[in-house]
Amino acid sequence: METKPDLNIDRSVGDFHYDVDYEFDAGTGLTEKTIDYISDVKEDPDWIREFRKEALRKFNSMPMPTHWASHDLENIVFDNIRYYLSQGTQPKRSWDDVPEDVKRTFERLGIPEQERKFLAGVEAQFDSEAAYSNIKAAVGEQGVIFVGSTEGLQKHPEIFKKWFGKVIPTGDNKFSALNSAVFSGGSFIYIPPGVKVKHPLQAYFRINAENFGQFERTLIIADEGSEVMYMEGCTAPKFETSTLHSAVVELVALKGAKIQYITVQNWSANVFNLVTKRGLAHEEAEIKWIDCNIGSRLTMKYPGVIMKGRKARGEVISIALAGDGQHQDTGAKMVHAADETTSNIVSKSISIGKGRSTYRGLVQIGRHLKGCKNNTECDALLINTDSRTDTYPAITVRGKENACQHEASVSKISAEQIFYMQQRGISEGAAMSLAVNGFVNDLVQQFPMEYSVELKRLIDLEMEGSVG
Amino acid sequence: MSLKIENLSANIGDRQILKGLNLEVPKGQVHAIMGKNGSGKSTLAKVMAGHPDYEVTGGSVTLDGLNLFEMQEPDQRARAGLFVAFQYPMEIPGVTIANFIRAALQARLPEGEELDAVEYYEHLYKKMDSLKIDRKFTSRAVNEGFSGGEKKRCEVLQMAMLNPVYAVLDETDSGLDIDALRIVSDGVNAMRSPERGFLVITHYQRLLDYIVPDVVHVMVDGRIVMSGDKNLAHKLEAQGYDWVEKEILATA
Ligand SMILES: Nc1ncnc2c1ncn2[C@@H]1O[C@H](COP(=O)(O)OP(=O)(O)O)[C@@H](O)[C@H]1O
Ligand SMILES: [Mg+2]
Repeated sequence: METKPDLNIDRSVGDFHYDVDYEFDAGTGLTEKTIDYISDVKEDPDWIREFRKEALRKFNSMPMPTHWASHDLENIVFDNIRYYLSQGTQPKRSWDDVPEDVKRTFERLGIPEQERKFLAGVEAQFDSEAAYSNIKAAVGEQGVIFVGSTEGLQKHPEIFKKWFGKVIPTGDNKFSALNSAVFSGGSFIYIPPGVKVKHPLQAYFRINAENFGQFERTLIIADEGSEVMYMEGCTAPKFETSTLHSAVVELVALKGAKIQYITVQNWSANVFNLVTKRGLAHEEAEIKWIDCNIGSRLTMKYPGVIMKGRKARGEVISIALAGDGQHQDTGAKMVHAADETTSNIVSKSISIGKGRSTYRGLVQIGRHLKGCKNNTECDALLINTDSRTDTYPAITVRGKENACQHEASVSKISAEQIFYMQQRGISEGAAMSLAVNGFVNDLVQQFPMEYSVELKRLIDLEMEGSVG
Repeated sequence: MSLKIENLSANIGDRQILKGLNLEVPKGQVHAIMGKNGSGKSTLAKVMAGHPDYEVTGGSVTLDGLNLFEMQEPDQRARAGLFVAFQYPMEIPGVTIANFIRAALQARLPEGEELDAVEYYEHLYKKMDSLKIDRKFTSRAVNEGFSGGEKKRCEVLQMAMLNPVYAVLDETDSGLDIDALRIVSDGVNAMRSPERGFLVITHYQRLLDYIVPDVVHVMVDGRIVMSGDKNLAHKLEAQGYDWVEKEILATA
């Protein structure tokens, strides 16, 4: 069998898949039996099995949030989805031990190469379970834990149980309930006090199967004074039928800790991407979400930070690109729950063709608080007249001693600008890409190099496709 | 070998602006077009470049025998060797000058070939130094927040980097103080060569003291009505355009 990575393949194109034999398959549809199947395969402790069943009841009882969200949600047929598919629950520590077909996928996506080059640790999830998970020895020796959610709850219950489901309760929304019922995969990370992880930890989420739902669950705890950067990438091939990705990510930054969470997702246009992400920042802690949403059919994602301790900081930097027929419904939530907390939201959306971008923001500053600040900036770029963009900022500031600043803009790439660039010899498609990259440039500068290069390439690809 | 414009007519909306314009710039020469505001000078530049708002209703433009109008896209014409320094250069937010010019040069390379970044910057800095453009400008967005003079200098910088075969400079002197005018003119003069032709559009004779033209054309209402040597520019400066119009009426 061919095992050499083919470096000529453009790995930003995630549109390929291999037929894989799954050892475990929960079948289609979601009932208590599905939960039991998953819990049996994963050898869940009883409390988790119960947690899942309780979540399923919540999920079933909660209505679709279509009174405010897109009616496209009604097109998800939960009975046709497969909720668990894996070749086994134990990730491999070496790429040599990863089954050939799965390894080929990640090699095409360039993961082992990135790991060698600049990562402190990698987890590579294939459908429901991680196929590979490893951290560099030096990082492990500092006491850093970086494992899958199953291993986290089994081997580190004392930390896991304390925080799991505490930042995002099961019933937060219908999709967090769904995730809580059937979660599998995702990362569990613990950074001991004072440890500053120099290189990023990365997870890669790959959907390979059709009619499938991926429900990873990530919990990151940065103990006092520690620092970590986590990056996730996601892709899926294009199928005729829709695919569901519904993750829950909880971050806990204890006193003085810093967590930076970076997402670059490039879902194919059939994926419903409904993700709940929230962080809890204790005193003087800092949580920063950098979220790049490219592709998918519908993305709904509003990363949030609850600033629970004095002087905590929250930040959401988000870039969303809605191509023709796509809907990016994104935003941020900032809950100020202590004095002198500060938050910053910068959102940039690009809508192309019939693409649609929606920004929803929520900023809360309580009446009794002092010295809190929020800055919100949302800019939209429209690439043709069919594009649509909506902004729904909800800012609730009580108390006189707090400050909130909100700016919004909508701009277009004009025919005159494109003509100017074309006069310099740049093709129309490349001119569009250049303008879009220019629009997000100030945000991209904040990314680690490797990811800004990746993002630029994804934008170029998307723009090429949209100009034809 | 020339830039040859034959009987060119063009409309914007239903309004005819160019009305059978003839002009030939042999390679190696500098020609100037002078004319009153509104006579159609910028229209000529934009029509040649392929601006989508204008409709060509007749005539042709050839670059060394190559029919420009057979090239649909403005970028094809640019890569064929045509450069226009615009009267009102566009702002491109967020796109740095360095990245912009780099993309333009990259577009001229064969598929799969990458521009050498180190060489590129050396070249760019050299040209910037000679145009007395601060190197800090490389990281500024194209024309964004530039003064009128800075925009014009940046147009000339792009021209110097892209090495066109024929360059049209549309009122490149406007907005320049006398020092800047000298710097820009030096930049253009340094590019004069037997391998290149220039069409310099201007309002004022002043520029032509610095960029001395081989031929001066006068444009009135969408046509070239008179051509002469550089002394024609002086006469226009001294006497205005009225005598030209009278002379045409007399001969018509
Ligand atoms: N977008 C436009 N729509 C209608 N008329 C235009 C437009 N642009 C230019 N014109 C007209 O075309 C004529 C020629 O303009 P222009 O080529 O800019 O002249 P010049 O550069 O010689 O000053 C002017 O009368 C001007 O008003
Ligand atoms: Mg003009």
